[in-house]
Amino acid sequence: MATMIEIKDLHKSYQMGKNSLHVLKGIDFSAEEGELVAIMGSSGSGKSTLLNILGLLDVADSGEYLLDGKLIKNLNETKAAKYRNKFLGFIFQSFNLINYKSALENVTLPLYYQGVNRKERQRKAMKYLEMVGLKEWSHHLPNELSGGQKQRVAIARAMVGEPKVILADELTGALDSTTSYEVMDVIQKINDQGNTILVVTHENDIAHMCKRIIYLKDGVIEEDKKIKQVRASEYVQ
Amino acid sequence: MFDIERWQEIFDTIRKNKLRTFLTGLSVASGIFILVILLGFGQGLQNGVANEFAEDASNRIWVWTQTTTKEYKGLNPGRPIQLRNENHKFIERQFKEELDHRSAVFRIRDASVYYKKEVLSYSVQGISYGYQFIDNQHMSAGRFINQLDEESAAKVVVISNKIRREVFDKDQDPVNEFLDIAGIKFKIVGVYGDHGGDREEERIFIPITTAQRVFNGADRVNNLSYTLKPASSFNEAVEASLNFDEGLQKYLREAHIVAPDDPSAINTFNSLREARRYYNLVDGMKMFFWFVGICTIIAGVVGVSNIMLIVVKDRTREIGIRKALGAKPWSIIAMILHESTFITAISGFGGLIFSMAILEFLGPYIEIEYVLNPSVNFNVAISTVFVLILAGMIAGFFPAWRAARIHTIEALRDE
Ligand SMILES: Nc1ncnc2c1ncn2[C@@H]1O[C@H](COP(=O)(O)OP(=O)(O)OP(=O)(O)O)[C@@H](O)[C@H]1O
Ligand SMILES: [Mg+2]
Repeated sequence: MATMIEIKDLHKSYQMGKNSLHVLKGIDFSAEEGELVAIMGSSGSGKSTLLNILGLLDVADSGEYLLDGKLIKNLNETKAAKYRNKFLGFIFQSFNLINYKSALENVTLPLYYQGVNRKERQRKAMKYLEMVGLKEWSHHLPNELSGGQKQRVAIARAMVGEPKVILADELTGALDSTTSYEVMDVIQKINDQGNTILVVTHENDIAHMCKRIIYLKDGVIEEDKKIKQVRASEYVQ
Repeated sequence: MFDIERWQEIFDTIRKNKLRTFLTGLSVASGIFILVILLGFGQGLQNGVANEFAEDASNRIWVWTQTTTKEYKGLNPGRPIQLRNENHKFIERQFKEELDHRSAVFRIRDASVYYKKEVLSYSVQGISYGYQFIDNQHMSAGRFINQLDEESAAKVVVISNKIRREVFDKDQDPVNEFLDIAGIKFKIVGVYGDHGGDREEERIFIPITTAQRVFNGADRVNNLSYTLKPASSFNEAVEASLNFDEGLQKYLREAHIVAPDDPSAINTFNSLREARRYYNLVDGMKMFFWFVGICTIIAGVVGVSNIMLIVVKDRTREIGIRKALGAKPWSIIAMILHESTFITAISGFGGLIFSMAILEFLGPYIEIEYVLNPSVNFNVAISTVFVLILAGMIAGFFPAWRAARIHTIEALRDE
């Protein structure tokens, strides 16, 4: 199995006026292809910071980052955008769907930036909407969908470009537990197909639906353990 | 660079944000609309003034006199100045080169005019044969007073279309009929028309020589009138007429012992001087219209930039999402620019077509004094639209550029 993500001695501080806040103080971590990793830790421990760096939305102050074996260093905005588009899929707590675009149009967006033609975009987007069980909802606007449905649209959108890694920051944070399990069920299914997924979460039950949990504390990884995965499908209906 | 995918993306955005698009478009369209209408009226004003002056021979100079108001060389003020034949003859000799047509005018007060038994209340004026060209009269029957009439002090008269209508039967030919003026029979030799209309057609003309003789005029005249030979340009014509005007005044003041600075004893009306004043006024007004128009355009550009700023602010989160999904900074800038340019162009041309159509269809019906057929130079209008589009692009660029620079994470956090 190939190593999808590898980081060594990663540091990140935020500058706030005269004070500097050292958030990540030397993170060493790697994830193999097909892993489903939960990142836990108390609020402010730097989970989102880490995920944003992994997602090329932010840059570390020092340390090494290899994504799918490529060294990520000194990327300009354009290059970073290209990598994000090609290698990464994002799922956010607040869904981040474009509200004037239908579910289908939202899902086609990463393909638009990949330069895929319209027909092919729609075909692929429909395929992924079907996979998350929203085929019938493809022409609805986000505000006509429930929270769980919105998050499933976001998952389809993260998947549609067939990225190497999917990064999810508190993807169940805005959902009730039943809906959370439905969403995790989808996550587990796409992980079963071999996708590498990193999930930031506060919730123990969600973390235990992953295959591995790492705990962040005081800017370092305090614990890193493989666990026995709980299947979300057991909790759905 | 015709990228169909980009166009589809833009049409999508426009279709789903109708109000925003409409407001942006409206501010551009109304800017262009106001500018074109203003420029159109500027042109109309110019046409109108040009038309007004085209009616009379446009390089006409007219002299009349009043009493002196200043003491000069021992003469008291309040002395009436009387023009005489010798003045006319002197000027004729002195300015032979410059003059085109000339005529002294002797106005007769309270002349009793009869046609058969009917009293006619029109004024009678004695003139030279050149007067026809000075006052720009055209003949609708017969002929005007000629040189021979003048030299022989013939008892002939020219009447107007108006008099013919009012005095003669419809199918009666007035030429060769006789009018009785102060008990003397005058033969009608022609009928004139004046572009100035009825007001200018209240006059009956007879040779000045006859008038002076019959009405005890001796060598007195009331007015002197001239036209100058045409010059090759308007400015040269003005120059020539001002020179002539000056020379003429100088001579008359010396001949009649009038103070050089007496404001009202000897007066001239110089049509080119008047025309120049009007043209200057029109130029000023056109400048003003341009100024207002350009201010309007600037206001339009500011409006568009403002809307673009709000739009971009409004779309910060969307821009963050697009960037997270792989949009490059330039594609964000291009998207916003493309969209704003498209909207500016469509509404700019819309405003242009609408305002040009209004000028085209309503222009010919507009009948305000001094405004004639307002219209606008198409090239000027097109250029303005392009300027506006360019301005729209520049106006759109900065917000777009700023948007593309926003950190993706910050943008995603935007509410
Ligand atoms: N842009 C920023 N500027 C300054 N400080 C920041 C910035 N982003 C995060 N921080 C700080 O860095 C620390 C880590 O933030 P981060 O968002 O990574 O925490 P987190 O583990 O995701 O917390 P939560 O569970 O609440 O989401 C926090 O103390 C936060 O206040
Ligand atoms: Mg967080």
